[in-house]
Amino acid sequence: MNPFAYSRPDSIDSAIDELVTEPAAKFIGGGTNLIDLMKENIEKPSRLIDINRLPLTDIVELPDGGLRLGALATNADTAYNPLVKERYPLLSQTILAGASPQLRNMATNGGNLFQRTRCYYFYDTSMPCNKRKPGSGCGALNGYNRIHAILGTSDSNPLTTCIATHPSDMCVALAALEAVVRVEGPNGERTVAMADFHRLPGNEPQYDNTLQPGEIVTAIDLPANGFAQHYNYLKLRDRASYAFALVSVAAGLELEGNTVTNARIALGGVAHKPWRKTEAEELLVGKEAVAANFRPVAEKLLEGAKGYGHNTFKIDLAKRAIVRALTEAVTMQKATPQ
Amino acid sequence: MTYIGQPVKRVEGADKVTGKAKYAAEFNVPDLTYGYVVSSALVKGKITSIDTSEALALPGVLEVFTHENRPKTAWFDMNYKDMDAPPGSPFRPLHDEKIKYSGQPIALVVAETFELARYAASLVKATYEQEAHETDLEAHLAEARDPAVGVASLLKPPPPKPRGNADMAMMAADVSIKARHVHGPQHHNPMEMFATTVEYGKEDKDGKPYLTIYDKTQGAYNSQLYVAQIFDLPFSHVRVISPYVGGGFGSGLRPQYQLFLAVMASKALKRSVRVTLTRQQMFTFGHRPNTVQEVELGASSDGTITAIKHDAKAATSQFEDYTEVVVNWTGMLYDVPDTTLTYKLKPLDIYSPLDMRAPGGVTGDHAIETAIDALAYELGMDPVELRLKNYSEKNWTEGDKPYSSKELRACFYQGAERFGWKERNPEPRSMKRGHNLVGWGMATGIWDAGRLFARAEAILTVNGKLRVSSATADIGTGTYTIMTQIAADTLGMPIEDVIFKLGDTEMPLAPFQGGSMTISTVGSAVKQVCEDLGKKLLKLAGKDAKSPFYDANWKDVTFFDGELRLKKDPHVSMKLVDIVALNGGRAVSETSTSMPNPLVSGKYSKHTHSAAFVEVEVDEDLGTVTVKRAVTAVAGGRIMNPRTARSQIIGGMVWGISSALQEDSKMDHNYGRFMNHNLAEYHVPVCADIHDLDVIFVEEHDDIVNPLGAKGLGEIGIVGMPAAIANAVFHATGKRIYDLPITIDRVLY
Ligand SMILES: Cc1cc2nc3c(=O)[nH]c(=O)nc-3n(C[C@H](O)[C@H](O)[C@H](O)COP(=O)(O)OP(=O)(O)OC[C@H]3O[C@@H](n4cnc5c(N)ncnc54)[C@H](O)[C@@H]3O)c2cc1C
Ligand code: SF4
Repeated sequence: MNPFAYSRPDSIDSAIDELVTEPAAKFIGGGTNLIDLMKENIEKPSRLIDINRLPLTDIVELPDGGLRLGALATNADTAYNPLVKERYPLLSQTILAGASPQLRNMATNGGNLFQRTRCYYFYDTSMPCNKRKPGSGCGALNGYNRIHAILGTSDSNPLTTCIATHPSDMCVALAALEAVVRVEGPNGERTVAMADFHRLPGNEPQYDNTLQPGEIVTAIDLPANGFAQHYNYLKLRDRASYAFALVSVAAGLELEGNTVTNARIALGGVAHKPWRKTEAEELLVGKEAVAANFRPVAEKLLEGAKGYGHNTFKIDLAKRAIVRALTEAVTMQKATPQ
Repeated sequence: MTYIGQPVKRVEGADKVTGKAKYAAEFNVPDLTYGYVVSSALVKGKITSIDTSEALALPGVLEVFTHENRPKTAWFDMNYKDMDAPPGSPFRPLHDEKIKYSGQPIALVVAETFELARYAASLVKATYEQEAHETDLEAHLAEARDPAVGVASLLKPPPPKPRGNADMAMMAADVSIKARHVHGPQHHNPMEMFATTVEYGKEDKDGKPYLTIYDKTQGAYNSQLYVAQIFDLPFSHVRVISPYVGGGFGSGLRPQYQLFLAVMASKALKRSVRVTLTRQQMFTFGHRPNTVQEVELGASSDGTITAIKHDAKAATSQFEDYTEVVVNWTGMLYDVPDTTLTYKLKPLDIYSPLDMRAPGGVTGDHAIETAIDALAYELGMDPVELRLKNYSEKNWTEGDKPYSSKELRACFYQGAERFGWKERNPEPRSMKRGHNLVGWGMATGIWDAGRLFARAEAILTVNGKLRVSSATADIGTGTYTIMTQIAADTLGMPIEDVIFKLGDTEMPLAPFQGGSMTISTVGSAVKQVCEDLGKKLLKLAGKDAKSPFYDANWKDVTFFDGELRLKKDPHVSMKLVDIVALNGGRAVSETSTSMPNPLVSGKYSKHTHSAAFVEVEVDEDLGTVTVKRAVTAVAGGRIMNPRTARSQIIGGMVWGISSALQEDSKMDHNYGRFMNHNLAEYHVPVCADIHDLDVIFVEEHDDIVNPLGAKGLGEIGIVGMPAAIANAVFHATGKRIYDLPITIDRVLY
C-alpha cells in the first residue's frame, strides 16, 4: 500500500473538484474493494476522497413511480428497505445473494457498481494482466480461467486480450430492471442507462465502465416496473454463500394467465458486464411460460459464447440456470440451493 | 469430583473470546520494528539483480535483507533440520540467488512501522533469469520414484512389501473394480497468519543476544532447536513462547520462513522485530500434496475380497522427500492375502508439502473406501455388510499385530442405526426430494493412536493451588482443558484450583502437537507428574510419627476434594494446603517423564476408527451438491471431555465436506504458481454449507494405548467423510466422481 493523502469533502461539488485537480485520487465508499486492492498494490491512489459525508444515503420515491437509491446507501440498507423489498424484491434478493452481512453493511451502492474483477491474475501483481497493466498480456487466457467470461470477451490481440467478468450480483439485477445511473461531473449532471454503464473489454480492458474523469455516481434510479410478481435471482457458485457467481441469472416476468407479456433476463458471471440480449427476451413475449419455451431463450442468450478450457462448462450451465430461473420465477417456488 | 469424561467448558474460552489470549503477532514489545516479506514472482531460475535502493531511501526503513547482504548463518544442512524435517536439504530463506518455487521469499524489508515496511516492499525490484520448470504431477507421473528413507519414516512407515500375488488373484477374482483418483493440493489456511515477534534482549559477554520469540508454532521446542542451530545461539538464549495458536492443522509442525527472517533481522539489527505473513503468503509453504492414486479390488462372489492393489504417487519438492502414509491404511482395514501397496514421489518445483489434518489418511481413505463402495455395487451387497465381511482383526502391515482395541463394528452398527441406513434403497437414483436426487453413502475411517515421550511439571503452591505445565501446544483441540481435568482428577482437586500452562521452552519438554498424539503423550505425562507429586505430598504428610499417614502407602490413600484421605477411613484426611505448609513455606514441586513401554505397546497396532454416514442432495440440472446430514460414529478410546471431543469430530466432518466439495489450491502450470491464493477464491465451507452433523462415541476400552485409555481425536473426524460423500453422490446420481473436490462442473460433465 502506497502512502496517500486523505480528505473528506462536505459537498458533491467539492468532491468533484478534488478529483478534477488530482486525477490520481480515488473516491472511497465502504472501502471493501478499494482497500483490498490498495493492499495488493493494484490501486495506488494519491489521495482517498472519502465521500461518506455526502448527502447520498437516501432511498426516495420518484414521481414516475420509480425509486432513487442513493449512491451511499449501503447494500444492506438497500436490500432491507421496505420499498425495495416490496416493489423490487428481485433487487433485494440479488443483493442478499452477494458477499456477507459484514460486507453488505459497509458496501455502498455506488461502490458496488465499481467493484473490480476477481480475476486471479488481475489480483496478483506478479502476473501479466492487460486490465491492470495494459499491454502486459493476459495470464488467464491460457491459464486457470474457471471463473472467467464466455461472452463478449476480447481475445484476438494478446496485448488487449481480457476474458474477465464483472463480479457484482447487484448490477445483474439492476441490468434486468433497466436501472439508470445518475452521474455528476465537472460538466454537470447526466444519466447513463445500466446497459451502457459497464463496457466490454474491447481494445481497452483497463476500463471497466464509461464513467468520465472527475465524475461521481450520485444515485441509481429504478423505473416503476419492478417485476415484483414473478422474479428470481439464481446464483450458482462453489459454496452456499459468500462466493462469487460462476453463473447467475436475474429474471423478471410479467404474465397474463400463463402467457408472458414482458420478460427481462440478465446474466452474471459470464461477461465483462451484466449480459442482456433483448432479442432473447422478446422470444418469450406472447409465449406460454413453460420450460420448452425457455430453452430457445437460453440458446439465444448464449449465442456466440466461447469457452477457454476451465470455464467452458459455464456455457451449458448458464443455459440450465436460465431455464431454472425462469421456471422458478413463474411458480415463485424457489427450491434451488443458493 | 471427577472431571474426566465431563463436558468441562474450555478453560481458556473466556480469554479467547475477550481477546485476552495473545497470539504471536500480538505481543507488543518495546521499540518493535516490522518486517515485510517480498515474494518471488518466478517459479524457477535465479535472481539476476535485486534493487533495494528505492526502499532503503525511505526514512524509517532500517534494512532490506536479500541473498546479497544477508548475515551469515550455519553452513550445514543438518542445522536447518527441524524435528519434523523429511529427508533432504531444508529450504533456506535468502540463501542464494536461486529460485526454487513461486512465492519464495526473496527479501525482507524492516522498517519502523508495518505500513512503511509493506510500502517499501512494493518498491523492491528483482529481475530474474528463468529456467524451465515442472509443477504438473500428472504430466510427470512416469518419473515417480521411491522416497528416501530418514528419521521421519519412523512415524510414517513406507508401504509393506507386497504379499501374495495381487495380479494373479485379480485375474482369478469373480468381480473386480478399478479406479483412479486425483487429489489437488490444499493449503492449511488457519485463521491466524504465520507470525513471529522476536524480542531482542541483553547480550552475553560474547555478544550473543538473549531472544524471546513469540512464534506461531505447534511445537515451541521445535522452533527453539531450529533457531539455536541456525543462528549459533545456546539454547539458554532462545526462549520460544506460543501460548495460543489460531489454528494449526499441521502447518505449524515445521518452523516457517517468517521465523528465520525475524530472528535473522533481529540479530543483525539488534532490535526487536516482528514478521507477519499475508494471506497470499500462506500459500507459499507447506500444503497437502497433489496425489494420484490407482486402486484395484478383486473379490469372490460371496463378497470376500481376494486381491488389492493400491498405488499412490505424490508430489514433493526438489529439496525434500516429504512422505505420507497413503496406501497402508488399505492393508490395515482389509487383511487380504494378495495385496500390493505402493507409494512413490515425484519432485517438482514447489515447496515441500507438509502434514495437514490426517495427512495421507484422508487421501488414501477416499480412494479405498470409494473402491469398496464400487465393489459393493458390483457384488450387489450392502456396503456395510461388505465391510463387516472383510473386517480385519489384525494389522498385517505391522507384522500381523492385533489391535489394542478396535470397536469399528460398533461404529458401523450404531452409526447405521442413528442414520437410518436400513431404510436405504441401494438402487442409484432411487431416492428423490423435490427436484433433487438424494444419496446415502458411508465409509470407514482410520487413524493412528500414537504416543511419544513427554515431560511435565507439577507444583502445589503454598496457597494450595496446583500449577501443571508442559511445553506442548493447544491448536484449538482442547489441550488446556483436558490437561486441567486430568491434573484435577489425579490430585482430587477442584478444577478452579488447577491451572495448566503450555507453549514455552522454559517448561518441560513435549513434542509438537500433531498426529492426534497429545492426549496420549502429554496427558500421560500430566497424570504421571501429578501422581509423583501426590507421592511427595504423602511423604510430607506422613513425616511426623504422629501423623495418621505416618505408615500409609501410596495404595492406601486417595486424593479427594482437596484432601489426602485414607482409603479405608476417608474421615482420616489432611487438606493439601496444610500438607504444603509442612514444607517450610515452600511450594512442593515435581517433574516427571512419561513414555510408552515398547515391550507392552509395541506388541499392538494402535488406531482410532470411525464410520461416516452421509446424506447428500444433488440438483442434477445444476450440478450442486449439499450435504444435508451426516453421522460419524467414532471409536476413540475413553472420551476425556465429550464437549471438546465432539467439537474435534464436528470440525473434522466439516473439513471432510470441505475436502470433498470445495477445497482446491489451483496451480497455473504456465507460471508454476497457486492462483486462488486468498480466502475469497480458496473455498472452505461457510455456515450455510453445514447442516445436520451428529457424532456418536462408541464405548471402547483400551489399557494399552496409554494409562488414560484415551486416543487422540484431532484427525479421525475428517478421514471417512470425503469417501462417504463421494459414495452418497454416486448413490444419488449413478455417476462416480473420482477426483476431488466434487464441484458443479464435475457433477455435470
Ligand atoms: C470477500 C468478498 C466477497 C464478496 N462477495 C461478493 C459477491 O458475492 N457479490 C457481489 O456482488 N459482491 C461481492 N463482494 C464485493 C462487494 O460487493 C464490493 O466490494 C462492494 O460493493 C464495494 O462497495 P464499497 O462501497 O465498499 O466500494 P469501495 O471499495 O469504497 O469503492 C470501490 C470503487 O468504487 C469507487 N466509488 C465508490 N463510490 C463511488 C461513487 N459514488 N462514485 C464514483 N466512484 C465510486 C471507488 O473510487 C473505488 O474505485 C465481495 C467482496 C469481498 C471482499
Ligand atoms: S482476464 Fe483480464 S483481468 Fe484477467 S488477466 Fe486477463 S486481462 Fe487481466
